[in-house]
Amino acid sequence: MEKTLKLSSQNLNFYYGTVQALHDISLDFYSNHVTALIGPSGCGKSTFLRCINRMNDLIPETKVDGKIIFDGQDIYAHSLDVVLLRKRIGMVFQKPNPFPKSIFENVAYGLKVNGIRDKRLISETVEESLIKSALWDEVKDRLYESALSLSGGQQQRLCIARALAVSPEILLMDEPASALDPIATQKIEDLILQLKELYTIIIVTHNMQQAARVSDFTAFFYMGKLIEMDDTETLFTRPKLKQTEDYITGRFG
Amino acid sequence: MQNIYFHKRRKIVEKIFFGIFRLSSAINALALFIIIYFIVGKGMQAISWTFLTEMPTDSMTKGGILPCIIGTFILSLCSIGIAFPIGVSSAIYLNEYAKSGTVLRIIRLCINNLAGVPSVVFGLFGLAFFVIWLNLGVSLISGSLTLAVLTLPVIIGATEEALKAVPHTYREASLALGATKWQTIYKVVLPTALPGILTGGILGLARAAGETAPIMFTAAVFYNPSLPSSIFSKIMALPYHIYVLATAGTEIEKTRPLQYGTALVLIVLVLGMNLIAIIYRSKLRRRMR
Ligand SMILES: Nc1ncnc2c1ncn2[C@@H]1O[C@H](COP(=O)(O)OP(=O)(O)OP(=O)(O)O)[C@@H](O)[C@H]1O
Ligand SMILES: [Mg+2]
Repeated sequence: MEKTLKLSSQNLNFYYGTVQALHDISLDFYSNHVTALIGPSGCGKSTFLRCINRMNDLIPETKVDGKIIFDGQDIYAHSLDVVLLRKRIGMVFQKPNPFPKSIFENVAYGLKVNGIRDKRLISETVEESLIKSALWDEVKDRLYESALSLSGGQQQRLCIARALAVSPEILLMDEPASALDPIATQKIEDLILQLKELYTIIIVTHNMQQAARVSDFTAFFYMGKLIEMDDTETLFTRPKLKQTEDYITGRFG
Repeated sequence: MQNIYFHKRRKIVEKIFFGIFRLSSAINALALFIIIYFIVGKGMQAISWTFLTEMPTDSMTKGGILPCIIGTFILSLCSIGIAFPIGVSSAIYLNEYAKSGTVLRIIRLCINNLAGVPSVVFGLFGLAFFVIWLNLGVSLISGSLTLAVLTLPVIIGATEEALKAVPHTYREASLALGATKWQTIYKVVLPTALPGILTGGILGLARAAGETAPIMFTAAVFYNPSLPSSIFSKIMALPYHIYVLATAGTEIEKTRPLQYGTALVLIVLVLGMNLIAIIYRSKLRRRMR
């Protein structure tokens, strides 16, 4: 498959106060490919993901240096409009975080804040997004009930639908399936494979099989450093480093 | 063996503490009950249709208290009408926009100190600033402004608490979808915080309705047998009326029932306004769940 560079992190360092959470991360992401980020808990996967849509800007006393180039433009450049950036780079958070609004309103939210008023377009997009995220059948009769009445797994799929509704170019998914049962997980994995026709996807997962199933590339993080990155098959069958091998075979630590 | 004793002791300690807490709540409830019992018991006899709907007559020893009811009602609504938007806006600024720093700390210090200032000082301030310096005279508007300053810290405090209670993850979710900061505040944060913000409004309203000292130099007169016609009218007000009847009249003993009757009306008015807001608030809460 032909590869077009979509996003590229170059010598990225990130600090929470004085604690350095990411060390010199250089990593490329390609259009219409899925990249999985794996690594033990606390190694900085979420932190890295949140650098990409500048979510970490919201945490006081944090510092970034290095570059993230998105379609040829540095997302940390002063001239960049963060609001527009975040519309183009969508995110599904590690913990489900639906708004205390109706199911419909949750999915419609992104459209409305981005200036879409057409009621028919909105309800079509809401339905489409809920179908994609494998939630439609469960909620189609209760679209106007509060999203907080959904189960954890349903909430997570709602958050996926909400992110899809604004059609981002890149989709960041932080363990989107961690609260899901095997059937919903299967659906989400199918969705990811489908979505990559349109989007660039970066997914954090603790599930090696999942990474192997859905991703084209896999990057292994450890203690804030990028240890190894390769196409998924190679990384899982012939890792170059012992550290990587230990982690993926579960002989870690 | 030791385990059994430990277990027993734990249970006894638990009982003692629950007992203390229960007793404290009971004392609290009792205090309210006694107040209401006295006011209702002594004031009820004064309440009549005439009392509620007519002007005072015979040096205020007879007739009704209509101008006081209307006065207090309008006064508290006006003051909350001024203080609520300003208070909510400042709280939004302080909590959502202002970067932490020296200026912010000074502003907060000012607000906290404002909350601790005795109400009679507000009265004198209102007299000096609104009545005399701005030349608004003793009037509804001077009194409303003075009460607004008094209730501001209450509203700011409650609104800030309500904003702080909105989970950070809601803000993140909204911003991640490409919403601006203001869209996030307006569409997610404020609706979520609204019940708490309204509580602040209720507290402010109740406070404004019940205060005597801030209005006695700025808005209230002891006798004005006409209803307020403009924001520059001098007005009668329930708390000040009680104060006047209880201290300044020549027939203090004779007007006792009127004093209690007025107090009863004041309490009912405040509780009534609270009740409306509480019902509205719980409706909002239910809609969000
Ligand atoms: N807001 C924060 N303030 C300070 N330190 C933080 C903050 N968030 C994360 N960290 C620290 O940064 C490091 C990386 O955290 P991060 O959440 O990126 O890990 P992760 O790889 O996503 O882990 P997990 O798999 O458990 O989600 C951890 O040591 C964590 O304690
Ligand atoms: Mg994480």
